[in-house]
Amino acid sequence: MNNQPHNDLKSRLLADFRTSEERMNGASKSALHQIRREALNQFDRLGFPTVKHEEWKYTNVNSLIKEVFEFNAPSAITLEDLAQLESSQLNGNVLYFVNGQYQPQLSKIVSPADQLSITTLAEAVKNTPDLLNQYFAKYADFQDNAFTALNTAFASEGVVIHVPAHTTVEAPTILRFISDARQMNVASQPRNLFIVDQNAEVKVAESFRTLGDQASFTNVVTEIVVAEDARMEYYKIQNESDMAYHIGTTQVYQQDRSHFYSATVTLDGGFIRNNLNIALDGSNCEAHMYGLYFPNGRQHIDNHTLVDHRKPNSHSNELYKGILEDRSTGVFNGKIFVRQDAQKTNAYQSCKNVVLSNDATMNTKPQLEIFADDVKCSHGTTTGKLNEEALFYLQSRGIPKTEAQSLLMFAFAEDVIKKIKIDPLREQLERRIQAKLAR
Amino acid sequence: MLTISNLQASIGSKEILKGINLEVKPGEVHAIMGPNGSGKSTLASVLAGREDYDVTGGSVLFEGKDLLEMAPENRAAEGIFLAFQYPVEIPGVSTTNFLKTAMNEIRKYRGQDPLDAVQFLKLMKEKMKLVNIDQSLLSRSLNEGFSGGEKKRNEIFQMAMLEPKLAILDETDSGLDIDALRIVAEGVNQLRSPERATIVVTHYQRLLDYIVPDYVHVLYKGRIVKSGPKELAFELEEKGYDWIKAEVETV
Ligand SMILES: Nc1ncnc2c1ncn2[C@@H]1O[C@H](COP(=O)(O)OP(=O)(O)OP(=O)(O)O)[C@@H](O)[C@H]1O
Ligand SMILES: [Mg+2]
Repeated sequence: MNNQPHNDLKSRLLADFRTSEERMNGASKSALHQIRREALNQFDRLGFPTVKHEEWKYTNVNSLIKEVFEFNAPSAITLEDLAQLESSQLNGNVLYFVNGQYQPQLSKIVSPADQLSITTLAEAVKNTPDLLNQYFAKYADFQDNAFTALNTAFASEGVVIHVPAHTTVEAPTILRFISDARQMNVASQPRNLFIVDQNAEVKVAESFRTLGDQASFTNVVTEIVVAEDARMEYYKIQNESDMAYHIGTTQVYQQDRSHFYSATVTLDGGFIRNNLNIALDGSNCEAHMYGLYFPNGRQHIDNHTLVDHRKPNSHSNELYKGILEDRSTGVFNGKIFVRQDAQKTNAYQSCKNVVLSNDATMNTKPQLEIFADDVKCSHGTTTGKLNEEALFYLQSRGIPKTEAQSLLMFAFAEDVIKKIKIDPLREQLERRIQAKLAR
Repeated sequence: MLTISNLQASIGSKEILKGINLEVKPGEVHAIMGPNGSGKSTLASVLAGREDYDVTGGSVLFEGKDLLEMAPENRAAEGIFLAFQYPVEIPGVSTTNFLKTAMNEIRKYRGQDPLDAVQFLKLMKEKMKLVNIDQSLLSRSLNEGFSGGEKKRNEIFQMAMLEPKLAILDETDSGLDIDALRIVAEGVNQLRSPERATIVVTHYQRLLDYIVPDYVHVLYKGRIVKSGPKELAFELEEKGYDWIKAEVETV
């Protein structure tokens, strides 16, 4: 054992786990808990990653693991507190979690239960153990990812959504995760599971926000299964504070002819790592991934995506865009695997960045590993400054420089934002982007 | 209206404008001709306020104000318009979308109330007819995938919308078919008035049949080496530039 300070968070977590286990009595023998224990042991073996780890080269979790957090801290959040977050008003299912705990008094579920089953993870453990046994922790790998292992070990709250076969759910669902960091450093580990059964269709958004300026740490894992002929829209929206740490993994498993359509928009957040992993384990699938990140100050935003083409005739398409200001840093790492069986794969990837300051840094790494011979793949990354010629053109028409710059950056961002098909969500993001550009 | 005195400009260590003198009075049309690379677009860019060029000497007064001190957007607000030789493509920004911002910024500068959506649309319709341009083109990303002629026509449309006091047209005629040329010329002539002036940069006498200039200047190696009446354009069309180059070398 080495005694470096970064092991503190780890040893605290290990101790917490044992304490909670002691209080569980009989429940500690459940299948679910066996998975948790296995994950904990794996977390213990792996430890937090260092920059020597290839996947964490540009994202140093050192300062995160030096912080002391209160996990699942109580919060006395009121409707007035929520109002100051100016969230979009959605006609749909809205579920609030504050510091990891479900807030039924703030939430509303409008979809009829026979169309859409939405429960908290805690309820699902009690009411639908078979469903959990079938799907929980079957997709998000915790063997190699310490944060996923940690989340799995402590998985106790989050949302389980099940859309029954042949059901189209019109109302969108938004999960709002709020870190209430007004009193102390807080941490939460939401764990979500979405199952879209055969030929069903659903739209789900996850939103992450912070109240207050103490530090917060969110370690979220979402597993998504899109069965044969099913269609899912998935949005992850992050507007967190400069003191927020966020590590998230969204693991998607697609079967034959399924469609998965996603956008990950990170407008603010101190230290962010998003993993979006898609396994195309069916033929004639489609996966669309859009992303926008807009760090300023000293914010750090890292997006890792992985598309694993396992079967023939599927199509994946990815567009990530970044605007970097001040001393911010961005990372894009996009992996595409095309396995030997995945003939006739079409895979496109593009990452475009505008770096607005000399002190901002963008690291991009596209990785294509292709083992099939009849495939169409392309990828490209660009990182540049603002187009000076375009800026001059607009100025020469009478638009002041700062406005011209906003106009250009908004158009750049809009390319991704327009892909969001939930109107109030998109419009709210457009307003936030305008506001951030006008700062 | 516009007084350019001994204007010198360079890019990096390269001297491009080596002492330009030009006086443009309200109501006048000046044509600037000259071989490739002589500095015509540079002059236009410096007048519009492009920052890539260092002005190393001389002065430019526009209606008595020091133009070189002004930001490009303020020059536009003062009434200067440049129709670019190579209009830039701006993905995601349509003509309609930026032009309304531009017009209202200019109106703000002049202390006028902003146009509302209805007034703006009405004005647009009117000017669209004038330059025979299609709404669909104005709603597309600016210049992205536009044909050469469409780009030029869009420049003239913007000019018609902004109604500048001094329009500088940098080779707006190149790449235009005869009909488009006539339309562009009409757009310019519609704006002609005793208060407004135009500088037309062109390689072809043809345009000057439609936009009849009061003066023709020849720019060569960063200097205006010859000026004359509109007949000078015919002479250039006929004889090329060699005789002028020879004149310059012997001096
Ligand atoms: N950004 C630049 N960097 C380097 N050289 C430049 C730049 N802009 C202009 N020049 C040079 O300055 C000179 C004048 O260019 P300019 O574009 O003004 O010529 P022009 O008279 O408009 O030519 P044309 O008739 O071909 O349009 C040319 O030699 C050109 O290469
Ligand atoms: Mg030129």
